[in-house]
Amino acid sequence: MGGLEVDIAGKAGSFAVSARFEAEPGVTALFGRSGAGKSTILKMIAGTARPDEGRIVVDGRVLFDAAAGIDLPVRARGIGFVFQEDRLFPHLSVRRNLTYARWAGRRAAGRPLPEVVALLGLEDHLDRLPGTLSGGERQRVAIGRALLADPRILLMDEPLSSLDRQRRAEILPYLEAVAGETRIPVIYVSHETDEVARLADRVVAVEAGRVRAVGSPAEILGGEEGGEIVALLEGRVTGIDPHYETATVDIGGATVELPAPGLPAGARVRLRVRASDVAIATRPHDGLSIRNQLSCTVERVSVTGSVAEVLLALGEQRLFSRITGKSADTLGLAAGQRVVALVKAVSVERARLMRPDEAVE
Amino acid sequence: MTETETAIILLSAKVAIAATLCALPPAFAVAWLLARRRFAGKGLLQAIVTLPLVLPPVATGYGLLLLFGTQGPLGRTMEAVFGLTFAFRWTGAALAAGVMAFPLLVRPIRLSLEAVDRGLEEAAATLGAPRVIVFLTVTLPLALPGLLAGAVLAFAKALGEFGATITFVSNIPGETQTLSLAIYSLLQSPTGDAAALRLIVVSILLALGAVLLSEWAGRLIQRGGDGRA
Repeated sequence: MGGLEVDIAGKAGSFAVSARFEAEPGVTALFGRSGAGKSTILKMIAGTARPDEGRIVVDGRVLFDAAAGIDLPVRARGIGFVFQEDRLFPHLSVRRNLTYARWAGRRAAGRPLPEVVALLGLEDHLDRLPGTLSGGERQRVAIGRALLADPRILLMDEPLSSLDRQRRAEILPYLEAVAGETRIPVIYVSHETDEVARLADRVVAVEAGRVRAVGSPAEILGGEEGGEIVALLEGRVTGIDPHYETATVDIGGATVELPAPGLPAGARVRLRVRASDVAIATRPHDGLSIRNQLSCTVERVSVTGSVAEVLLALGEQRLFSRITGKSADTLGLAAGQRVVALVKAVSVERARLMRPDEAVE
Repeated sequence: MTETETAIILLSAKVAIAATLCALPPAFAVAWLLARRRFAGKGLLQAIVTLPLVLPPVATGYGLLLLFGTQGPLGRTMEAVFGLTFAFRWTGAALAAGVMAFPLLVRPIRLSLEAVDRGLEEAAATLGAPRVIVFLTVTLPLALPGLLAGAVLAFAKALGEFGATITFVSNIPGETQTLSLAIYSLLQSPTGDAAALRLIVVSILLALGAVLLSEWAGRLIQRGGDGRA
């Protein structure tokens, strides 16, 4: 299976960037604070910035190789690029914008226009000019234009950052649809935790121009988030209770039950659990309204003032619990201890239908 | 309107249109260099381009005479290579008008090229378009209002050009006597006032028509840009 291999070092102005990672089909987020160098790495993949050394390969095709003197121009890299600003051509209709790569770029007609138009809900806008569209609609056209360029890799540079909250919420489902059906690597640059949690299959954490860590969204994003500690759990819907509209989700051995109208069986889900929604018991309990009781191992207990934060291991996944320091002492919590996590609330962060070719782990 | 007057108007239109059309490509090239490129001597190029605007027109006309006259170095070359002569011909009047209009053409084109968002050109490149196609499908259409404004300004200037023309190609009826020169000649004669006035009215109408035409075309393009089509 092809993918993206990046191993580059270079400078943007006086800012040094060096990155090494791989990306398979699916969404890989380049995640980090503003100014961490994410966009620079993306521009180097696109060819609008030039690394000093290293290699960039997509699907076995070398886009850049400093040692071999290969540096394909932007137009020959076979990319689709979605910019922060929509960058639509103001003098061309939505239709002419969408098909620009075909009539001006001579790109192959990889997928039918109506399919992409339907995916992004642009049916009613085809003959309009970009100036008459809302910000959200414009960015959807920009995404469609990149998809219709028949790209081997799709690069997105904070495509939601220029939009307000409401417009972002309006576009995210479309981005999820794109992420869910794509068979090419998508590199998604963002500093927003919630976007990355919803869209990414893998996360490359970038800090000060370097790759700090590569891992699953749960591994990279779990933990502190805006003053609140959350855990992200990956799972699969194994059962549906149509009467109570609840879904049973297998999260690697343990199962949780949550209210989820409309979730189909077999869907992959990413669950968000807030530390303040997790209580701890030393043994299972009957007669509780809380139905999710998960057997865990205490990994770490950190007490700050009156608050104790407990990191729990649930198989491969991690869960946080925030209880009072007094409770932690009374229960005598210590690393290695077996406990039961009582989970009051679980929300679905992201749901995605399994593709038939995706192996069930 | 007498036959002579009609001939004068047609000659003026021919000279002004030829001047504008011939000056457009080099003016666009110079505007492109000034807007997009960094090079040594950019300031000097800018100054040379502005020269016809600030020099006395008679001086420009004399310069053209020295360069493009029958004995001038460029005049001899042009005749030898293209069989094109300028001295005391309508082509010379067009050359003088074109040179005088050149700075008026360069400036609006330069400004509109500078206003084109380079990000759009970059986006076109990511979509696979080669440079020439990016220019034709993105840069040129977006710079069109400026190009049009420059062309109209240049046309109006060429229509009214006097000093450089009379110095370079003299005032020959039927060959180099354009509207301005004809009006000047008529005013020299004690009986020419009425005829001069008629030609003045004609030149007002011509200039007004050109400006209105450009406003209309500009609005058409603008509407496309704003997306109210």
